[in-house]
Amino acid sequence: MSAQVAVDKLKAKFGETVLAVSEFRGETTVVVKKDEIVAVCTFLKKELGYNFLTDLCAIDYLGQAPRFMMVYQLYNIGVHQRLRIKAAVEEDDARIDTVSCVWATANWLERECYDLMGIVFNNHPDPRRILMPDDWIGHPLRKDYPVQGPDREPYQGRLQ
Amino acid sequence: MATFETMTINMGPQHPSTHGVLRLVLELDGEIVVKATPHIGFLHRGVEKLSEHRTYHQVLPLTDRLDYLAPMHNNLGYVLAVEKLFGLTDAIPERAQVVRVMMAELTRLKSHLVWLACHALDIGAMTVFIYCFREREHIMNFYEKLSGARMTSNYFRVGGLSADLPDGIEQEIRKFIDEMPYHIETYEGLLTGNKIWQKRIQGNGMISAEDAIDLGVTGPTLRGSGGDWDLRRDQPYSGYENYDFEVAVSNGCDTWARYHCRLKEMRESCKIIRQALDKLKPGPILADAPKICLPPKKDVVNSIEGLIHHFKIISEGPKPEAGEVYVGVENPKGEVGFYIVSDGSPRPYRMKIRPASFINLQALPKMCEGSLIADVVAVIGTLDIVLGEIDR
Repeated sequence: MSAQVAVDKLKAKFGETVLAVSEFRGETTVVVKKDEIVAVCTFLKKELGYNFLTDLCAIDYLGQAPRFMMVYQLYNIGVHQRLRIKAAVEEDDARIDTVSCVWATANWLERECYDLMGIVFNNHPDPRRILMPDDWIGHPLRKDYPVQGPDREPYQGRLQ
Repeated sequence: MATFETMTINMGPQHPSTHGVLRLVLELDGEIVVKATPHIGFLHRGVEKLSEHRTYHQVLPLTDRLDYLAPMHNNLGYVLAVEKLFGLTDAIPERAQVVRVMMAELTRLKSHLVWLACHALDIGAMTVFIYCFREREHIMNFYEKLSGARMTSNYFRVGGLSADLPDGIEQEIRKFIDEMPYHIETYEGLLTGNKIWQKRIQGNGMISAEDAIDLGVTGPTLRGSGGDWDLRRDQPYSGYENYDFEVAVSNGCDTWARYHCRLKEMRESCKIIRQALDKLKPGPILADAPKICLPPKKDVVNSIEGLIHHFKIISEGPKPEAGEVYVGVENPKGEVGFYIVSDGSPRPYRMKIRPASFINLQALPKMCEGSLIADVVAVIGTLDIVLGEIDR
């Protein structure tokens, strides 16, 4: 089953929830509404065989709305096919449902995402920081967090 | 029946068997582990954040420092991702591909030697440790001859290699590979028939294939549970489809099965390296893309074009199209992936590393809860974690 077939089935099942489909260098990306993320992921796992969550992360598009983009890298071990699911998350409501009920591996990955990017995962079983100390203030991977440390001017880059 | 209180003890981050700075909080009922909670992050250096402020060529040395026992695999994953982003994947010369595979497999041997050495040492078999490090030293010497560094090699480049193989190294590698199966037999002779070794690792750290896949476990830890999945065979990169090798799979689900899987992988690596040496033909080692690939030093000092390209690449950095790519490679520990988002600028807009050890470590509580506290040491050993990669 190619990624295109999976995308077609996803569109047939969820219709309006699928916002955009794009392809770059042979990799397929599907953008979905964040409210339906658990339903979409459950469908992908149970019906389309994407049984392996390779990775999960967030991207910070500072200055754009919506500011954050959640990225889920899925893999189908049966047919060795990758698929990328994305869901936009707004800055003033930086929360999304956890997918750790779909893939157990999402537990730590979402903790990392919360720790470094500040996305809150609804119903997460263990919502603690993971890499930074528990009393750390701020989320270091956000674009407005200075690379040299929290009390420094934002790094302008050697090239600018 | 009387009820007993559990006792909570702290293991690490300075415990010798935690392979770095892993801290485990263990809740014990007598000697039985009721709950294990890993605490990580002591080695967090912010590699993903740093990479957003460097050009694509400057990020490469950071990747060495992730899994420092297998630096060339991290380099390989990163350069493959960047090459895919620049559309260079099909432009890599044959010689560079073969050397990459050869070095990747030598690195797998090197990493597995450290795994076996430390795993056996943790359980009390000192001799194996000394033997494994003796062989590892040869691989370190190859590293040094190729790149000048023994650990953080930084040898691959976007588009190929930083330098060609030095004279005579092919014969040295071939000699080493011819001897290696004998050494692997020695390790097996010291361990496999050893009653203490068997008692310690048989039935230890059980995890089913379903649980392993649910928890995202990859690499030999998954294959020891019967998960027949290896990216070298299933999503070949760098020409792995041209090599004849078997994927080591075992159905035991315990530490014993993973031990046999990794030993078989070491033998298969030797086979791949021998095939790579046979395939090695003279030829270019860098793709013909002067605006992207760093030119060799002799071009920089001898030709005006080389100098200009060098200046442009160093001072500004090559700019890819806006887009996003994910490339995963089969590291000795499991799947290591690089997800790079580009906005068209000379630096990655976002780089996410999929660390194999981080995700494998998540399975540790499942593998050691309900077993003896002494078995935790064996489970840490069999997971083959590297804290540099976990904390990034």
